[in-house]
Amino acid sequence: MDMPGMPSMKMSATPVDVPPTAPNAINIDNFAFSPKVLTVAAGTKVTWTNKDDEPHTVVNAGSPPAFKSAALDGGDSFSFTFTQPGTYPYFCSIHPFMTGTVVVK
Amino acid sequence: MATKETGGTTRRRVLQCMSWGTAGILWTVTGGVPRAHALGEQVAQSGDFSFVQVSDSHIGFNKDPNPTPDATLREALSKVAAMPRRPAFLLHTGDVSHLSKPDQFEAASGIMKTAALDVSYVPGEHDTINDDGKEFFSRFATKMSQPGGWYSFDQNGIHFIGLVNVVNLKAGGLGSLGDEQLQWLAKDTGTLSASTPLVVFAHMPLWALYPEWGWGTDDAAQALTTLKRFGSVTVLNGHIHQVMQKVEGNVTFQTARSTAYPQPAPGQAAGPGPLQIPADKLRGALGVRDISFPGTKPAISDDALAS
Repeated sequence: MDMPGMPSMKMSATPVDVPPTAPNAINIDNFAFSPKVLTVAAGTKVTWTNKDDEPHTVVNAGSPPAFKSAALDGGDSFSFTFTQPGTYPYFCSIHPFMTGTVVVK
Repeated sequence: MATKETGGTTRRRVLQCMSWGTAGILWTVTGGVPRAHALGEQVAQSGDFSFVQVSDSHIGFNKDPNPTPDATLREALSKVAAMPRRPAFLLHTGDVSHLSKPDQFEAASGIMKTAALDVSYVPGEHDTINDDGKEFFSRFATKMSQPGGWYSFDQNGIHFIGLVNVVNLKAGGLGSLGDEQLQWLAKDTGTLSASTPLVVFAHMPLWALYPEWGWGTDDAAQALTTLKRFGSVTVLNGHIHQVMQKVEGNVTFQTARSTAYPQPAPGQAAGPGPLQIPADKLRGALGVRDISFPGTKPAISDDALAS
């Protein structure tokens, strides 16, 4: 995608998720959760870090939600330890088009 | 332009006036003919009614391209104070605060009060983080507000409807009105004559402007079905921090500039975050909107803070 005149904007050239630095970490970057699907073992603590200039939240789509973060400003993190196996879809409640999944085995 | 073109002369005059730029110009319409006035010019008091929309003040935002959105909100209100015709009131179409924090609401409210005009607010998604708007509504609800925060009022023969489409958002979805609000809307407008001009204001766009970035409302179609029979419907939205317009039959949709920071045009960046622009270009990308009703159709002027 061509983006003239906006040198400060980051852009992925392809849809491939760039792996974050730690195995149980999810980055929130450019209004997307990366990796979009994370598979972990039961008992794992997963940490989301907001790398955007906009605030985001991490909210499980279940009713009631299994986890729900406060508003995460740029640089803030949220962690949750997944004790039960299952599939946990989640989204940003401020920008609900942002979705991701944690699969717990 | 919200007026129908009536002939070659009118179109030529409009194009001539368009070359003046969009900043600091007030359009009025008399007898279907648009006239442009510089903001300092005295406009004859015709008894026409007007109000001003401000949006997306994001008080609490502190990054580039605008670390001081409180200052630019004050500038926007100074611009309102300098208008040749004093507006009857202000509408704020949401994202009053950046993070729904009490001190941000407090600061925003204090700045808005300096305008010395009544303000009717609807929340944005930045105002309802994690509490479904409890803090927001405790400060900005009106005496007409329904429990869900929506409301309506009449002024100068125009029916104003404030809608809430930023609560109970679903994963993967857009904005949401919900069945209770849609039923209330049908009831609220049910006894009105179709010739009553309507002004509907809500934060997220009420049309599918750019769903990839969440710019739309999932169940807006039902609301528009209710409003379809009216001869003049003006929908005022915020959320996208830029002016975009759409006309569908008798319904005119308008999104507004922010008073805090611009956002990229649809698809022109990786995401709908703050658009980084040079400091000397910032005020040209922020603004307020003046709306008058010389007849049943609105005359709309989008005024940037600077040209």
